[in-house]
Amino acid sequence: MSTETRKLDRVVIRFAGDSGDGMQLTGDRFTSEAAAFGNDLATQPNFPAEIRAPQGTLPGVSSFQLHFADYDILTPGDRPDVLVAMNPAALKANVVDLPDGGILIVNTDEFTKRNLTKVGYDSNPLEDESLEKFQVHKVAMATLTIGALEETGLGKKDAERAKNMFALGLLSWMYHRPTEGTERFLREKFAKKPDIAEANVLAFRAGWNYGETTEAFAVTYEVAPAKLNVGTYRQITGNTATAYGIVAAAQRSKLPVVLGTYPITPASDILHELSKHKNFDITTVQAEDEIAGIGIALGASYGGALGVTSTSGPGIALKSETIGLAVMTELPLLVIDVQRGGPSTGLPTKTEQADLLQAMFGRNGESPVPIVAPQSPSDCFDAVVDAVRIALTYRTPVLFLSDGAVANGSEPWLIPDVDTLPDLSVEFATDPETFQPYSRDPETLARPWAVPGTPGLQHRIGGLEKQDVTGNISYDPENHDRMVRLRQAKIDGIEVPDVEVDDPSGEAKVLVVGWGSSYGPIGAAARRVRKLGLPVAHAHLRHLNPFPKNLGEVLKSYEKVIVPEMNLGQLALLLRAKYLVDAVSYTKVQGLPFKAEELQNVLADVIKGVSA
Amino acid sequence: MTAIDLGIPGLTGVPTTDEKQTARDYKSDQEVRWCPGCGDYIVLNAVQSFLPSLGLKRENIVFVSGIGCSSRFPYYMNTYGMHSIHGRAPAIATGLAVARPDLSVWVVTGDGDALSIGGNHLIHTLRRNVNLKILLFNNRIYGLTKGQYSPTSEEGKVTKSTPLGSLDHPFNPVSLALGAEASFVGRALDSDKAGLTSVLRQAAEHRGSALVEIYQNCPIFNDGAFDVLKDPDEAQRRIINVVDGEPIRFGREGEYCVIREGFGLAVAKSADVDASDVVIHDASDLNLSFALSRLSTQDLTHTVTGVFRRADRPTYDDSARAQVNEAKTSKAADLSKLLHGKDTWTVVG
Repeated sequence: MSTETRKLDRVVIRFAGDSGDGMQLTGDRFTSEAAAFGNDLATQPNFPAEIRAPQGTLPGVSSFQLHFADYDILTPGDRPDVLVAMNPAALKANVVDLPDGGILIVNTDEFTKRNLTKVGYDSNPLEDESLEKFQVHKVAMATLTIGALEETGLGKKDAERAKNMFALGLLSWMYHRPTEGTERFLREKFAKKPDIAEANVLAFRAGWNYGETTEAFAVTYEVAPAKLNVGTYRQITGNTATAYGIVAAAQRSKLPVVLGTYPITPASDILHELSKHKNFDITTVQAEDEIAGIGIALGASYGGALGVTSTSGPGIALKSETIGLAVMTELPLLVIDVQRGGPSTGLPTKTEQADLLQAMFGRNGESPVPIVAPQSPSDCFDAVVDAVRIALTYRTPVLFLSDGAVANGSEPWLIPDVDTLPDLSVEFATDPETFQPYSRDPETLARPWAVPGTPGLQHRIGGLEKQDVTGNISYDPENHDRMVRLRQAKIDGIEVPDVEVDDPSGEAKVLVVGWGSSYGPIGAAARRVRKLGLPVAHAHLRHLNPFPKNLGEVLKSYEKVIVPEMNLGQLALLLRAKYLVDAVSYTKVQGLPFKAEELQNVLADVIKGVSA
Repeated sequence: MTAIDLGIPGLTGVPTTDEKQTARDYKSDQEVRWCPGCGDYIVLNAVQSFLPSLGLKRENIVFVSGIGCSSRFPYYMNTYGMHSIHGRAPAIATGLAVARPDLSVWVVTGDGDALSIGGNHLIHTLRRNVNLKILLFNNRIYGLTKGQYSPTSEEGKVTKSTPLGSLDHPFNPVSLALGAEASFVGRALDSDKAGLTSVLRQAAEHRGSALVEIYQNCPIFNDGAFDVLKDPDEAQRRIINVVDGEPIRFGREGEYCVIREGFGLAVAKSADVDASDVVIHDASDLNLSFALSRLSTQDLTHTVTGVFRRADRPTYDDSARAQVNEAKTSKAADLSKLLHGKDTWTVVG
């Protein structure tokens, strides 16, 4: 029987297994293969907060979804076309998302009575009719992997651990993926343990050969490279892009960076990444707590460095008082919040957009802070460079609102020419004749950045209210009123680009407004409804404070404004309050990104309602 | 920034000046607003009088404080200064010290600021050994909030918030700092300008974190807390001033001394013990320093002053800079190369 090859324009694959099965690594490798092949892609890891939840249980399931295509795609895909389930728990937790007719590849070795009972299967789904509607491939992956590694002399347990590479090999064969990159990767990753490296390579090849020789798979698939813009690409996650953006901002501002931070999911990778790049004059300090992290960053900014702190929502709560001090002392500071499900500890490894109002208002007193939100993993780079621009130009803390989906998701990134990045150089105050600690630049309202060590500029700053111009302590009622308004006016006056509206037909009566990581699903949903002949306009906000100057006009030019958010309507609340617009909220807080299909239905209903 | 190496480790890298300085040069134009009779005045005066002798450029000195009466200190110093938020001064000063090796960074804090709300930052700063000088004004009371007990108030203290007496067991700040393995710990009395200046000078010269506990009188909410140490007769029986390398004797004629007892130390009459049993202070010996700190009782029966501990170990900020400098030397800062990483692909038109 010869294998048929079908051409597809897009495929979504989900690898699911126990959190010890190496599903993140497997997905990551398949992603790299897709990237190397030239597909456009988007990924979505989904893993438990527990490092090792009890083996084989539903809470211990870890998955990695990858969407790759021959055209530019916007999301990691709503539902998998192919589900790889390494054990009964992974099957049970994920099979609900597999559409009828979908491909299901199952590692049969784990389907023991004990494992089935553990997740509540009364009978073995591989033996009853429950999976009838799918194309099921039953593969004894562990047995086959152990068999393939027999001659390596590796113990059974170690050999069995390579079964994820067997799965990767099989999928790589099915989708005609290049394999050299993975083999090279495995040899580098396990450079210190060459026998383990070879075992993984062998398992990977065994998976490939299994597909090639067993005739169990009648069809293989091809997804041609995508026609992306000309240039050099790499694959990048949001957290890496954020870290790189900070490095770039340091280079373009010629300032050293001091990152003061405390480990927290899902932001820690920013610390991990930056700690590798000390050669760019970057110091990373893992502080004793969140408060010390931002204190260290602010102290460094006071000393003339670019102070940065990174955290998630709970950390922002702890840092609030110091953000307020940065507002009062008017020093540049980058505060990164990689949002996760809340409140409290919430859902540490899941995504949410519910810190917008915390970022906006979560401090005592009138304490305005600019907010910048990236819309995709690679967009974190440009967005963070822009956040640093605002911090340095306006001498203010800036909140960068990333989230779990953007932070851990990945996509191809058109690598920018570093010479085209904005010049962020700053001027420190030096002239004792004209220096006043709280005098202001007439354009930006920024106060001078006068760093210790500058002769003749000795002065004292702090959290107490400042007298206008001199910066001395002042309890004068008029002065306080003036200073509160000045600080607000400075933030309100920050220059941000106008929001662009995507409305290809120009006939839309409905505007969908989003911010942050919902860009992908909203954009994909908008494309879908347009294909159905329903015009819709999409505006996506990077700047949440201040809003773009044209936003009010944009909102008023549509009959209906709908705002999908992964919270209970926080942006909608701000839009309604500021622009008196009857924005309709569509909200969901399941710890997962919106699905394009779901938003497609929501948008279609709204558009039809307006037209009717 | 041309730093002249004076051979003072604590100030290496901080630029000096030949200009003659006086205490007046360190006074800012702000009116000092502590209560009349407050011990803070004496400490401010001691610091302003002592700093000129270091010969540093004033613009390279920074005072960072938290919140509380003592934390107003930076406003009165004609140096750079930041009056920050409650308890966080050590963290902010750490960031400054890491970023700027050319600054002499001082933290001014109180018993509430350093030991209650900021306790975590204090112990971690000390264990990291950041090159900061921390002046802990201990008046055993909350002054700025008008008279609640503090983490150094004696047990059973009757205050506005504890009408039936406080239940908290107090910290011994010196023991706490030594428990965190601080590389320099000293104690002085606000009223003893010579003793205070001596400890401040040694702190300034020390490279690493230096914690100086200063017993300071609050005339409004805890007046007379340290009076027994200020009465000449009482003081000579109670104050044990230690000097590195010297036998520990005190009293008007040295009639008291410190001897070993069990795992710790005890006070004895010199007449009752052999001279060879008198403990010789060794500031590099952590266990001895800790044992000395335990001689100080809350009721001030005995109070050890001077420098308990002074030990050389790498400072956090020096080590952090060394890592950055090593990385800069060994690897070019090539942004384009970093952004490209290992796996790229090119789309051609």
